[in-house]
Amino acid sequence: MSDAPLVLGIETSCDETGVGIVRGHTLLADAVASSVDEHARFGGVVPEVASRAHLEAMVPTIERACETAGVALRDVDAIAVTSGPGLAGALLVGVASAKALALGLGKPLYGVNHLAAHVAVDQLEHGPLPEPCLAMLVSGGHSSLLRVEDVTTGVEPLGATIDDAAGEAFDKVARLLGLPFPGGPHIDRAAASGNSVAIDFPRGLTGRRDMERHRFDFSFSGLKTAVARWVETQQRAGATIDVHDVAASFQEAVCDVLTRKAIDAATSQGIEDILIGGGVAANSRLRAMAEERAAAQGIRVRVPRPGLCTDNGAMVAALGAELVQRGRAPSALDLPADSSQPITTVVA
Amino acid sequence: MLLAFDTATPLVTAALHDGEDVVAERTSTQPMKHGEQLAPLIEALLHDRGLVRQDLTAIAVGVGPGPFTGLRVGLVTARTLALALELPVYGVCTLDVLAIEAVDTGAVHEDFVVATDARRKEVYLASYDADGARLVGPDVLKPADAATAAPVVGEGALLYPEAFPHAVGPARPSAGWLARVVAEERAELLDPEPLYLRRPDAVVNAARKQVLADDPSRGPAR
Ligand SMILES: [Zn+2]
Repeated sequence: MSDAPLVLGIETSCDETGVGIVRGHTLLADAVASSVDEHARFGGVVPEVASRAHLEAMVPTIERACETAGVALRDVDAIAVTSGPGLAGALLVGVASAKALALGLGKPLYGVNHLAAHVAVDQLEHGPLPEPCLAMLVSGGHSSLLRVEDVTTGVEPLGATIDDAAGEAFDKVARLLGLPFPGGPHIDRAAASGNSVAIDFPRGLTGRRDMERHRFDFSFSGLKTAVARWVETQQRAGATIDVHDVAASFQEAVCDVLTRKAIDAATSQGIEDILIGGGVAANSRLRAMAEERAAAQGIRVRVPRPGLCTDNGAMVAALGAELVQRGRAPSALDLPADSSQPITTVVA
Repeated sequence: MLLAFDTATPLVTAALHDGEDVVAERTSTQPMKHGEQLAPLIEALLHDRGLVRQDLTAIAVGVGPGPFTGLRVGLVTARTLALALELPVYGVCTLDVLAIEAVDTGAVHEDFVVATDARRKEVYLASYDADGARLVGPDVLKPADAATAAPVVGEGALLYPEAFPHAVGPARPSAGWLARVVAEERAELLDPEPLYLRRPDAVVNAARKQVLADDPSRGPAR
């Protein structure tokens, strides 16, 4: 494995400054600096605050990654960076930094798609990706079902959210329930001691007519509104609200739709492997439900450990290493940061 | 060989200084798009002189004040390039660079002001003595609140002639002058930290849709 490429990956698409170093499929370092605490009081990510934090964290995070990996920057074979999608100003800091490394080290630069990187990261944990595989990416910024033939070239979108991202719904419902931002882990924890069938919340885009036009798409806006209405109605009636039951019932509705659609997509495509990635993949109920339902259909489920599911530099490095190994052409130095880079563009 | 660049205005400017004088200088062709243009501009500069990256010995960067997005491109590039090449990096207030150019080219002979475009109908402004030493600032101000009959260097004078009738000297900073300022230590050398002068706008990412149920004034459920 020592001749596998040593790749440094930079991720700044949202509020985490991530720098990862891999050698082929081996993770050597995954340094992350988060500005999440600075955003918490706003209940969401403030782009200018995130961009400022990326600038301050960039060099220290690169240094920390090199130290952890026990490598010198000059030994790196290639630089990979998230060029999109994400927050424009935040992406730009990472892209400019990656270019400076490429220029200063005389090494190739790969501007990569953030979603494809979420898929590629699983190779660091579970080895080569099954080809094809069905990837479900769920986080605060995305909810997508993808058919992945070859993660370096062929990523085909099958469906996506038509309104809120799954993680966004978690954040907003957490806020409604007086739980801190980001909402995912807090809902998960509150739900653990709640009754998941206490309240029958709606399952978006699963009705017969929706299934014709939006079979593999998601909608979480209606669910979130339903939770808000339910809470409001209870409050008006002077009833006490059991946060645990609401959290569990809400989480059940989200996980039900996600796993149902993922398995439907895999089955309809004749795919036997589902990969779940993104911050919401850390949700314990989602993992358990996906594994149980997939097993019943003879489908295998791969989920990277929680630390690799959230945004990080290792995923970008993992995709970069795969691009180098498969001999893909690098990006030019005038590479733009593209806040809406389509999933079909794996390397910009 | 000193590499100097500034991204605190709509155009990217970059230059090389060999210790004696500026030996190459380039300015971007498209306004904005700092992130796309800076790295190729540096590469082209080296190529112009038949140099390689290992020939660089120091980096100078304009630390603003200026529009944040472009400013960050310059600063993160300077810091990361310095890390990769193990070079020292010097920051200079972008307004100081304009001031030194104005003094050295004979555009001013008395106390003067440098004003650049801060957008939102404001200017970044600092005042200097006849030798180009900064006296006050930089600050971000409304032109009317900073109106002066003194000579005013920089784009601010061209944008707001009613407040700054006496426009003189260069409109935008050049990396060549930034390089000279650093090579000759004509201004205070700073850490490569951005001079934002404004707090961030606390607007949550607009791409995430807001709905009725989100009104935070309603308060959480108990
Ligand atoms: Zn992500």
